[in-house]
Amino acid sequence: MILISEQQLPSIIKRLSHQILETHPGLDNTVIIGLQPRGVFLSDRIVAALHQELPADQVVYGKLDITFYRDDIRRELHVATQTDLPFSIEGKTVILIDDVLFTGRTIRAALDALMSFGRPSKVKLCVLVDRKPSRELPIQPDFSGKEMDTLTPFKVKVRWKENDGVDDVILLDQ
Amino acid sequence: MALSTKHLLGIKDLQTEDIQLILSTATQFKEVLQRPVKKVPTLRDVTIVNLFYENSTRTRISFELAERRLSADVVNFTVSNSSAAKGETLLDTVNNILSMKVDMVVMRHSASGAPHYLSKHIDAPIINAGDGINEHPTQALLDAFSMQEQLGRIEGLKVAIIGDIMHSRVALSNIYLLKKMGAEVMVSGPPTLIPTYLQEALGIQVEFNIDKALAWCDVANILRIQLERQNQPLFSSLREYNLAYGITKARLQKLNKEILIMHPGPINRGVEMDSDVADGQQSIILDQVENGVAVRMACLYLLTGRTKP
Repeated sequence: MILISEQQLPSIIKRLSHQILETHPGLDNTVIIGLQPRGVFLSDRIVAALHQELPADQVVYGKLDITFYRDDIRRELHVATQTDLPFSIEGKTVILIDDVLFTGRTIRAALDALMSFGRPSKVKLCVLVDRKPSRELPIQPDFSGKEMDTLTPFKVKVRWKENDGVDDVILLDQ
Repeated sequence: MALSTKHLLGIKDLQTEDIQLILSTATQFKEVLQRPVKKVPTLRDVTIVNLFYENSTRTRISFELAERRLSADVVNFTVSNSSAAKGETLLDTVNNILSMKVDMVVMRHSASGAPHYLSKHIDAPIINAGDGINEHPTQALLDAFSMQEQLGRIEGLKVAIIGDIMHSRVALSNIYLLKKMGAEVMVSGPPTLIPTYLQEALGIQVEFNIDKALAWCDVANILRIQLERQNQPLFSSLREYNLAYGITKARLQKLNKEILIMHPGPINRGVEMDSDVADGQQSIILDQVENGVAVRMACLYLLTGRTKP
């Protein structure tokens, strides 16, 4: 079942980037950080949209891998991917970007990881899909593409053209 | 994705994919070690014992730093101030330690095969930190990581391992690893320090002329003369060894190329290598030490991932 179609996706990404700009004019003192591996596809798109509104040097963009901060190492071994944060986050507003907000545990780990790089003044969260009823920790997004009331056993899969050949969000029956 | 083995006893038992996974994970840990906070909470609930039945500076400190930077709890055991001096067997010692809820064993022993023996009797994962003249897998992995970092690849590289091949676990682990990763390997040194059937057994080249070996290679991994393991004279004097086989600046300047100089430490300056080579531009000896922590973090992380709580 398709939750977000290829036609709907660009307007959602545009809306998310506009909401970010409205609340953080000119991205002053603000940095964008995409979560590896799959949040980066969304953050790449949002950053591309931001580049259309702002000069390139105003958009400070990095990627964060949170593998070593997970709380489930003995259940499932994850392969680490690259962290690339070539700037300081000290005193900045950080906008974290991920594709799906599900249990909240990834974001918990990301907050932990972020603090290894400095002390941001604020951290905001932007996601494409917010699966609110499945949350296990008190974590909520500040910007969300679509809220979904799907139950836990179903899997929400965000597919990206550059990786999966198609742009959409689908619901998988496990 | 996970390692194919439960223990890290030697490179001999690893698949090529295992080596690649360890090296790529080490790259990510190297980035962690550049952060303002160099510690990650990954092994928060894991207790590791470092069991050193033989002296070590670099390897012990490197393992301990790797463990602490992964937030593991660490227990150190050195034979000189332990009950092993009272006659307790290796297996008894380890079983006693494990009964105190220790999850993993890092072990160095002067007897070849000691960790392999242990692995048949205990459940906890074991990392071999050097066993006699057999293997020193994490050293070979950090050597490979350092070569790859400097030269961008391992496959197709020409690596000369020079010196006391006979008594070197570093040599054997390096030979296994480099062969698995598609490098060409040559060993060089005095005939008395090179095992007789090495060429036939492992399919590597043997060259007794050091200058020819240097002219052939891209990377020269120089080994220490292990006097403590030699119970008969195998060459006439250290000075003569230096004259015939020592890596000197003059020898390197005769080459019409820059080769990478490596050494697993500790260096005997003026014997297998002169100071101006050890501290020279082509030397990556201290990079090897730095990379050792990241590589050992990768091994610890990947082996823990295979244990169930």
